[in-house]
Amino acid sequence: MWAVDVLNKNNIENKLIPVPRDLSSDCGYCVMVGYDLIAQAEEFLKRENIEFDRIVDLK
Amino acid sequence: MTKISRLKNNTIYFDNSATSFPKPPAVVDAVVDYMTLVGANPGRSGHRMACEAGKIVFQARKNIAEFFGVKSPMNVIFSSNATDSLNLAIKGILCQDDHVITSSMEHNSIIRPLKMLEDRGIISITVLPGDDSGIISTGELDSAKKNNTKAVIINHMSNVTGIVQPVAEIGKWCKKNNMIFILDCAQSAGIIPIDLKSDSIDMIAFAGHKGLYGPTGTGGLIISDSFDVRKMNPLKEGGTGSMSDKTVQPNFLPDMYESGTLNVAGIAGLSKGVEFLNNMPEKLKSVQLHKVTLQKYFIEKASKRIDGFKSYSASSGFGVVSFTIGGLSVSEITQRLSDDFDIMSRQGLHCSPLAHQRIGTFPEGTVRFSFSVFNTISEVETALEALKIIRDGK
Repeated sequence: MWAVDVLNKNNIENKLIPVPRDLSSDCGYCVMVGYDLIAQAEEFLKRENIEFDRIVDLK
Repeated sequence: MTKISRLKNNTIYFDNSATSFPKPPAVVDAVVDYMTLVGANPGRSGHRMACEAGKIVFQARKNIAEFFGVKSPMNVIFSSNATDSLNLAIKGILCQDDHVITSSMEHNSIIRPLKMLEDRGIISITVLPGDDSGIISTGELDSAKKNNTKAVIINHMSNVTGIVQPVAEIGKWCKKNNMIFILDCAQSAGIIPIDLKSDSIDMIAFAGHKGLYGPTGTGGLIISDSFDVRKMNPLKEGGTGSMSDKTVQPNFLPDMYESGTLNVAGIAGLSKGVEFLNNMPEKLKSVQLHKVTLQKYFIEKASKRIDGFKSYSASSGFGVVSFTIGGLSVSEITQRLSDDFDIMSRQGLHCSPLAHQRIGTFPEGTVRFSFSVFNTISEVETALEALKIIRDGK
């Protein structure tokens, strides 16, 4: 949710989706962004010291 | 301040230190909205309603983190109330042979967990008497300090007399002496500005349902950005929605200390309570001015008009007044206030036997009036007239 908050503030389009099972055993959701926005998203999250597990290509 | 219309016309509620009433309309609306429109469990399922619930909880964390000067919303750990939070902090950080310093004005939410650990031979405690009103000094801290002193754990504002401890000085002392500083803000949150960083506080416990105007069943522990959470064990382990393939508790915030379903309805309301305070003109200054005005008016007028009236609170306090009336039992006073005048107050020891011993009112206790931003001078005047009638036996 914190990540969504930061991405929204920086106009990075994103969507919360259920966590794909092959990615993680976590319940709940993860944040999906477009390929062209990944680098920016990562940068904004790192700036706010928001830790994330990993970035995965959903193709 | 707009009065909520559901009260009986003449009901006066002066028990806000127990829980505040009424709540701002937005708080009530948020609880109802969550229960009727959202309803889901955050952080478990991945559907839209669960996401909405997650957003509500995150917004509350964010509001509270900003309110208390903490950078990361993840450092806001939700609990059922301040007692729950204090149990987590106390039992989480204290180990065998630790020594703790506390004050003579503490509520049982601090003293009972400490006494339990002491009775089991785990820790030792020093209770500082403080001055006549129970305010402690760094001089006393210096005298009480031992090689194995781990923490100073005190309340910010007494729920009996409203005295306020010198938190900035104590925080500075703790930092200098490398001790953990845990502050019980059950009574002060939403009245006195609290900044964990500038006052060198490691953790604060807050009640959501008193000065923050949230529903009962809400509270939390806020951990400073600089505190190493490896120093505090969780109080309970369980489902967190994270690391679901593992049978060990997560070691990151807030999951480490939040197992089981949160009181999302309550948290939704609490979030709006904090926003209500932030939206007041001059924020907490308005709150303080209002409460100081009511307290001063009550004590000054009662001292003149009511024979045998004695206040144990300073006239300049923030809306918590303990008093007695000579010749009358505190139970009789509160019962007649409630039955004959529809004025709600609290009698007795207020779950703070040490504080009453300190101020000399043990074991009878006192009557306590505790005001909120919704109380008025007119209500205080009505209470003064009621007390005079009760005192004069009419």
